Amino acid sequence: MTVETDSSSRFADYAHPERLVSTEWLAEHLGTPGLVVVESDEDVLLYETGHIETAVKIDWHTDLNDPVERDYIDGVGFAKLLGSKGIARDTTVVIYGDKNNWWAAYALWVFTLFGHEDVRLLDGGRAKWEAEARPYTTDRESATHVDYPVVERNDADIRAYKDDVLAHLGNPLIDVRSPEEFSGERTTAPAYPEEGALRAGHIPSAQNVPWAKAVAEDGGFKPLAELNAIYRDGAGLIDGDSVIAYCRIGERSSHTWFALTHLLGFEGVRNYDGSWTEWGSAVRVPIVKGAEPGAVPTL
Amino acid sequence: MITELPETLAEIRADFIELDTRERLQLLLEFANELPELPSRYSEHPDLLEQVVECQSPVFIFVEVNDGIVHLFATAPREAPTTRGFASILVQGLAGLTVQQVLDVPDDFPQDLGLSEAISPLRVRGMTAMLGRTKRQIREKTAA
Repeated sequence: MTVETDSSSRFADYAHPERLVSTEWLAEHLGTPGLVVVESDEDVLLYETGHIETAVKIDWHTDLNDPVERDYIDGVGFAKLLGSKGIARDTTVVIYGDKNNWWAAYALWVFTLFGHEDVRLLDGGRAKWEAEARPYTTDRESATHVDYPVVERNDADIRAYKDDVLAHLGNPLIDVRSPEEFSGERTTAPAYPEEGALRAGHIPSAQNVPWAKAVAEDGGFKPLAELNAIYRDGAGLIDGDSVIAYCRIGERSSHTWFALTHLLGFEGVRNYDGSWTEWGSAVRVPIVKGAEPGAVPTL
Repeated sequence: MITELPETLAEIRADFIELDTRERLQLLLEFANELPELPSRYSEHPDLLEQVVECQSPVFIFVEVNDGIVHLFATAPREAPTTRGFASILVQGLAGLTVQQVLDVPDDFPQDLGLSEAISPLRVRGMTAMLGRTKRQIREKTAA
């Protein structure tokens, strides 16, 4: 790793404490060679209203998604994007954003598809930084272009496609959407726009653990003991489980993927980014309505 | 029927179109900063406002029609600058127009600002919905 990790005791219990940095750590390390701070928000203009000094902006929609196909950018596109943001293959990247790092976690997951090794989240994101009255700047993004190698995306380890989910039935599924979406009362998050799913409900046998349950009041992640109570005691996950998480388009479940993988230490957790907007419109896939997970179907 | 765009809206569109993608974002931010505060008769009565649920962030609008002239009021949080920008474009662009002029604004006006590439078509949809709800409120208020 290029830049020292945050060794604060707050993160010590997590499986991979090196994946988080505190606001204090970031404030002390701003400007350190080898560190690039990335802001990734739901609102595409929020960065322009004020951002952490030196931070560059990466937008989930206009930067990370392929503009034509429903997929992520390829290795050439990723190399071009990161190079333009001053990020080299061995750069330490710290990502933060609005909405409790919802989109920051999504960006981190996409970085991981390309095997970028040292990518971390700022615990608490924008909300915590602001609550602590830390400064923002409205300076225009300025990054010195560097070379980033073309690395092909490896989806197999942490990304699930629809067919993978069908083959996975019988193993744990975590549906991180709101209870209303899970039960089938609605197809979108409360107060969110319709993004087009023709059927409502959830994938049979999925446990409903809304993503925000992993978030503490200050916007950071809850301590390990509380996360264990939610995901192990509550949702019944045990070590060695193969887990797939999903939501509506794979953004909220990236946040849960981060918690399961880097904080709780589950291996091989996959994010189904097709999520409900694919499953809820696909032909002849099983769906369960109501608050109960439902039985594993025989296919 | 092809209707000519009212002057203010046409100017706003021209201002966006002549900029490059990055500068269009900056202009949208300027609009966001210009969104006027709600008059107290609405800020003290949030129940009068209608939420535009198609937008990702909470945005509320209210339309008044006085002597056939439309007045649009809107509010959205500071941390939702894109949505504030959309609202501000409509508040400024529709100011002083007659009922018929507003109803004649093409429903796809938001798609003509060149913002799809800058902020994604999904996000532009929120502004289309805002215009649609504005027109619906006008129709309801003038139907009686």
